[in-house]
Amino acid sequence: MKLWKTALCVSLVGAASLAQAAQPQAVTVYSSRIEALLKPTLDEYTKQTGVKINLLTDRGGSLSERLAAEGASSPADVLITVDVGNLWNAAERGLLQKVDSPTLNANVPANFRDEGNRWWGLSQRERTIFYSADRIKPEQLSTYEDLADPKWKGKLCLRTSKQAYTQSLVAMLIAKHGVEKAEAITKGWVSNLAGDVFTNDASLLKAIAAGQCDVGISNTYYYGRILAKEPEFNKTVKLFWANQGANQGGAHVNLSGAGVVKHAKNPEGARKLLEWLSSEKVQTAYTHGTYESPINKKAEQDPIVKAWGKFIPSPLNAGDIGSHQAEAIKLLDRVGYR
Amino acid sequence: MSAVDHTAPAHRWRGFAFALPIALLTVVPLLAVVGMALTPQPEIWQHLWNHVLPRVLGNTLLLMLIVSVVVLAVGVPLAWLTAMCDFPGRKFFAWALVLPLAIPAYVLAFVQMGLFEYAGPVQSFVRDVFGNSRWVPDIRGSLWGLVMVLVMAFYPYVYLMARSAFLTQGHRSMEAAQALGYSPTAAFFKVALPLARPWIGAGLALVLMEVLADFGAIAVFNFDTFTTALYKSWFDLHNIGAAAQLAAMLVLVVMLLLAAEQRSRSAQRFHVSNPQQHRVVLKGGSRWLASALCLLVFAAAFAVPMVQMVAWSLSVWREDLNSDYWGYAWNTLSLALMTAGIATVLALMLSWIRRRHGDGLTSWTVRLAVLGYAMPGVVLAVGVFVPIAWLDAWLMALLEPWGVQTLGIIKGSLAGMLLALAARFLAVAYNATDAAMQRITRSQEEACASLGLGPWQTLRRLHLPLLRTGLLSAFLMVVVDVMKEMPITLMMRQFGWDTLAVRVFQLTSESMWQEAALPALAIVLVGLLPVILLVLQTEKTPSSAG
Repeated sequence: MKLWKTALCVSLVGAASLAQAAQPQAVTVYSSRIEALLKPTLDEYTKQTGVKINLLTDRGGSLSERLAAEGASSPADVLITVDVGNLWNAAERGLLQKVDSPTLNANVPANFRDEGNRWWGLSQRERTIFYSADRIKPEQLSTYEDLADPKWKGKLCLRTSKQAYTQSLVAMLIAKHGVEKAEAITKGWVSNLAGDVFTNDASLLKAIAAGQCDVGISNTYYYGRILAKEPEFNKTVKLFWANQGANQGGAHVNLSGAGVVKHAKNPEGARKLLEWLSSEKVQTAYTHGTYESPINKKAEQDPIVKAWGKFIPSPLNAGDIGSHQAEAIKLLDRVGYR
Repeated sequence: MSAVDHTAPAHRWRGFAFALPIALLTVVPLLAVVGMALTPQPEIWQHLWNHVLPRVLGNTLLLMLIVSVVVLAVGVPLAWLTAMCDFPGRKFFAWALVLPLAIPAYVLAFVQMGLFEYAGPVQSFVRDVFGNSRWVPDIRGSLWGLVMVLVMAFYPYVYLMARSAFLTQGHRSMEAAQALGYSPTAAFFKVALPLARPWIGAGLALVLMEVLADFGAIAVFNFDTFTTALYKSWFDLHNIGAAAQLAAMLVLVVMLLLAAEQRSRSAQRFHVSNPQQHRVVLKGGSRWLASALCLLVFAAAFAVPMVQMVAWSLSVWREDLNSDYWGYAWNTLSLALMTAGIATVLALMLSWIRRRHGDGLTSWTVRLAVLGYAMPGVVLAVGVFVPIAWLDAWLMALLEPWGVQTLGIIKGSLAGMLLALAARFLAVAYNATDAAMQRITRSQEEACASLGLGPWQTLRRLHLPLLRTGLLSAFLMVVVDVMKEMPITLMMRQFGWDTLAVRVFQLTSESMWQEAALPALAIVLVGLLPVILLVLQTEKTPSSAG
């Protein structure tokens, strides 16, 4: 009797573990892209392939520190960040591994991926100038640097320096002009602030609409999100592509991107996920809800994004932005930009 | 008071030996932080010293000072009114004024921000009526906005403590003072208030510890304090050494506060008196003034935020209340229950050890064990996270020859997070348990001994039944605290373990106030139950409140 029961238990356990083994191994993703934007896409992947995805979201800086502390015992397979500086930094610290993937290299243009094959961009977003349609004419606007001019005193809204987007923008300025000139520009911005800095771009855009300030710098996709809910918003607040003139450098471009973690337990699954995310069909879906531009040139832009028209982008050099980010943070502290 | 140690001198170390493993819960993270702080970081310290610390230290000190003044100005008068006087609504306000304890500070913060920001309803209304809202101060950079949020969130600590003091001593001191010829006002300031000082001091120390540890509310207001400098060093400048150094400094300051709180506690004198007699019945204008004051504070700290949260939740619940949501709620509750269970058991053990072994070494070890409360969540997270990661890596290396490919043996489980949370809230459970333990008299224990019961049987048949309410209080307080907790949970959680608090933080970082109101409301509603039970407990035993 006892033997019979034991045999039954053993076979049940055996069957269960076989069933487990038959299921594809799960992929664990550490992401600084917020869950609301990423989970629907990942759920789609699970539906199509049956691979379960474990998602953990946190700020980019926290995730790299977490990966560094976890080391070999980290459960993460994929790191997704929303700032190219963070991604570059993670690669430089040895947190990402080199992956040979002709598919990824074909889908992602060369200037949007790492030369050492450690990370690939998945979507492109720009940080540019937004202004109040009633109070400002587009002729008055030109460059990021110009916003430091005293004529904008009391009219400027900016996001907090604690966010990676601000840090990357300033890092770009440092790479373009050097630390001293960048410091002067940032100091000018701070003296032109209409109110305290915002923790989020959506509040910033709403503040421009409400009249707290006349002009501000924000990521384009926040504008897209508001437009999707309120199509008339572009009558109150309009987009202006900064630095479009000759020799002005072009509008600031940033990436959201991903790489395979160095100590990934499932590097194959990770690579497959990244290849899927960079494929043409997925890129279209990935960026249609998020109002960014797809990285795969074959994919289509969301109509709201298309309506913003073409612009001259600042040539993205991840190394320039990433290597100057620490300097940018210190610069922001020095000028009192909170 | 603890029992005299009747055991032989050879057993002198027993108390210490039993208490030490529990104390390790707090000592190991502390040592880890100190260890990490020992690596000098000259380049970053130059930057921190010149450009970050002056402003941050000034801000932190200013915040603590102003919050102290305002929280005393709010908590003490309210306590006096509800303890000593009678006015319309007194019975309701006596317990209703404690309800804000169920609302985490970061929830109050985003509600206020959402209400008063430039594009929010209040200023929009003002602009509609008056044309412009320039005279309304911008809440966004406002120190006062943050102060009001912190005061509304933490005044219940001072209120409860002061109320205990006044309930137990107020009448005797007032009677004595008035018999000596003092007017009521002079009697209050010269006699009642100084007698209540140890209690008020303890409450104030608790408030200041909470302010120093706070991260969520300060993040909403984008205020720069010591804690934000710590975050910047660790996550933005990727320098864990500097972060550990800042953490060590923070712990030092908080330990001073804790010492002040414990000294205050030891100065408390317990007298049981009947508070129902001799309530000062307020007449005329002062009646309504008292009611108005209580109503104002209750509205600002509880009623208005609740109404706003309900309104926001109603606008989003259709999309947001999906199956994921119940997962967060379940995670929150199970985490709280598990931590409360661990903390209560450990608190009981500590209290029992302290009771049986009265020597100085044991009491110091016990004090060390409850130090976790003084360490801000982020510091504990640093201190627990890194050693566990090392331990995991070491274990993996050890097991590798056996082909065991398990990853995160300790971290993969909840152990890390539970350890950090238990370390943080052990003090809460211990205070409640120990207060109940103190009320068991030595003669009761000696009676059991004379009846032939051994120590274990005494524990089972005497202590546990008598400690039941104390243990329940301890359990409930930890449940509420863990549900509200955010920094440790945020940093140490594994995938699939998002809690309601984490959800609120993620949504408020995106300034999505409306969506954040739903999980926030859930936290408050579930937290209300233990808070109300707590209030009922303290009503029953006024001499042990807090």
